[in-house]
Amino acid sequence: MSESIITLEGVRKTYRSGSVEFEALRGVDAAIEQGEYVAVIGPSGSGKSTLMNILGCLDNPTAGRYLLAGEDVSSMSETQLAEVRNRRIGFVFQQFHLLASQSAWRNVELPLVYAGVPRADRRARAIAALTRVGLADRVDNRPGELSGGQQQRVAVARALVTEPALILADEPTGNLDSRSTADVLALLDELHAAGRTIVLITHEHDVAARAERNLVVRDGEIVSDEPVAGVSA
Amino acid sequence: MSWVETFRAAAEAVRAHRLRSVLTMLGIVIGIASVILTVGFGQGAQNEVKDEISALGSNLLIVSPGSSTDSSGTRGGFGSATTLTLADTTAMSDRSVVPDARAVAPTVSSQTSLVNGDTNWTTSMVGTTTSWPQVRARSVAEGRFFSESEAAAGADVVVLGPDTVDELFADVPDPVGQTVTAGGRTLTVIGVLDASGASSSGSSEDDVAVMPVASALNVSGSTSTAVSTAYVEATSGATLSAAYQEIDALLLTRHAVTADDADFTISTQDSLVETANATNATLTVLLTGVAAISLLVGGVGVMNIMLVSVTERIREIGLRKALGATPRVIGRQFLVEASLLGLTGGLVGLLVGVVGSWALPALIDQPVTLSLTAAAAALATALALGVGFGVYPATRAARLTPIDALRSE
Ligand SMILES: Nc1ncnc2c1ncn2[C@@H]1O[C@H](COP(=O)(O)OP(=O)(O)OP(=O)(O)O)[C@@H](O)[C@H]1O
Ligand SMILES: [Mg+2]
Repeated sequence: MSESIITLEGVRKTYRSGSVEFEALRGVDAAIEQGEYVAVIGPSGSGKSTLMNILGCLDNPTAGRYLLAGEDVSSMSETQLAEVRNRRIGFVFQQFHLLASQSAWRNVELPLVYAGVPRADRRARAIAALTRVGLADRVDNRPGELSGGQQQRVAVARALVTEPALILADEPTGNLDSRSTADVLALLDELHAAGRTIVLITHEHDVAARAERNLVVRDGEIVSDEPVAGVSA
Repeated sequence: MSWVETFRAAAEAVRAHRLRSVLTMLGIVIGIASVILTVGFGQGAQNEVKDEISALGSNLLIVSPGSSTDSSGTRGGFGSATTLTLADTTAMSDRSVVPDARAVAPTVSSQTSLVNGDTNWTTSMVGTTTSWPQVRARSVAEGRFFSESEAAAGADVVVLGPDTVDELFADVPDPVGQTVTAGGRTLTVIGVLDASGASSSGSSEDDVAVMPVASALNVSGSTSTAVSTAYVEATSGATLSAAYQEIDALLLTRHAVTADDADFTISTQDSLVETANATNATLTVLLTGVAAISLLVGGVGVMNIMLVSVTERIREIGLRKALGATPRVIGRQFLVEASLLGLTGGLVGLLVGVVGSWALPALIDQPVTLSLTAAAAALATALALGVGFGVYPATRAARLTPIDALRSE
């Protein structure tokens, strides 16, 4: 068995708005191996996005431990966290989160800017990533000039441009039609085949079926963790 | 991320949000330009008064009738209290009594109508002695000044200011030798003064008719010996205060009064400058207040737009953090952006202020002096406001977790 890239031990997350507290995660334990393709499913409000944000180091757990490649994230400084997000993780958001004022390739090159890659290399790598997602002819268009599916593919290109080991996608197909959904899923399959670890949130069972393993979340807890039928473990 | 990279990104952001950038800069431009112009007006007015006073002549003492504390007595001239007379000024001219005076020029002034054919012009007539050109630092452009013998005889001669000549002899190429009539007497124009450029208390120093005291009395039909103002030139700047003491003592003795109820006033140029500055100080305080308010208004504008701009961009900050930007890099990005806006706005404001202070005097006939201190202070304030209110909220936003920043709206 290969080494765990993600280890969660009793992770809890409590949201506090005013005097009202809400426990979105109630003790999650899980381990995800290098190169796995995992789908997280569950009803709306069950805590999937909360879990994903913690995995992506975008949010801090209230309690419990999160080890990323064996390292405890809670002990990292802001600068170290920034580096982890930059080098190890590619994030695809449900709402795309592209900079509206910048062209497609400028959006894709952003992680490279913070990685300190020289300007000339950045453009070449951004265009290579956009070519990979089938947008070679759209590099100079702004997000507003692209369809929803194309915008999400720009976001995928941005997630893979740094060649991160871990790709996290929060309902990447939630806003897309079946054709664009197929495109994005094909891309994830490809990345998986190239050895990347992928964690994907979805509502749709046929999307979840593309993964190797399904984690079912309900009311802030993992209620089921099993390999997808037909895939040998 | 290097500084060059940061600068390039900031320039792009400024360009991408064009309207917002222009509005931010507008606040700074208006603030800085108005500070430069208002302070410039104040200093311009001050310098103008200083120039006027120094144009009076050098090492000058000005003796006027009436006590400085009695405002009704300070206006001399025919018919008013004769507390300064020609006998007084003659006594002042005595080198053995006032050794530190080089020259004394009493003046007897009044408004007089001069007539040349159909042309009629009212000007200020100055009756004086031959010392007047030296003491008042004036020279004759054409012809000559009157002589001692003409002064003694009360000859019907007159030396006109250049503006007076323009009014009376518009069509005559050489007014010297022409005549004008005044008070029933026919005066021969023997000279024209050089332009002094200055004007004191509303009347131009270049619109005068200068003649011997006796001639002026003939024209006005007066027998009074009252002197309007006596100008005394000290032998040097160093002896100015000695001359002051000597004249003060002489007049106190002649008038048989004590210093406490002196019926005359001796002013120096410095004391005139001081008085003028005191009046100007009020103006300067007022203008500085106006400038401060406009800078404040500009600053509040900058502050608002910066705050809104950062709030609008908290999601962008969250995204940049999610992609690997450290809080430091984000703080630096907004610092460079705000400085770029502040500096560009500041330089444009400086340009507007400089162009304004060059163009405005032509439009409103008021001198404007460019003050570097005011310009620098305004620039620094605008920059500090822009940077402060741009960077502070940005660094606060950069401390949020990426997801909180991304979710904000
Ligand atoms: N910032 C927040 N403050 C308070 N409560 C929150 C916050 N974010 C999420 N929650 C609550 O936590 C619970 C889990 O939210 P989460 O977004 O993780 O659900 P989800 O499983 O992703 O749902 P969906 O499938 O609809 O996206 C929800 O009940 C939600 O209301
Ligand atoms: Mg969700």
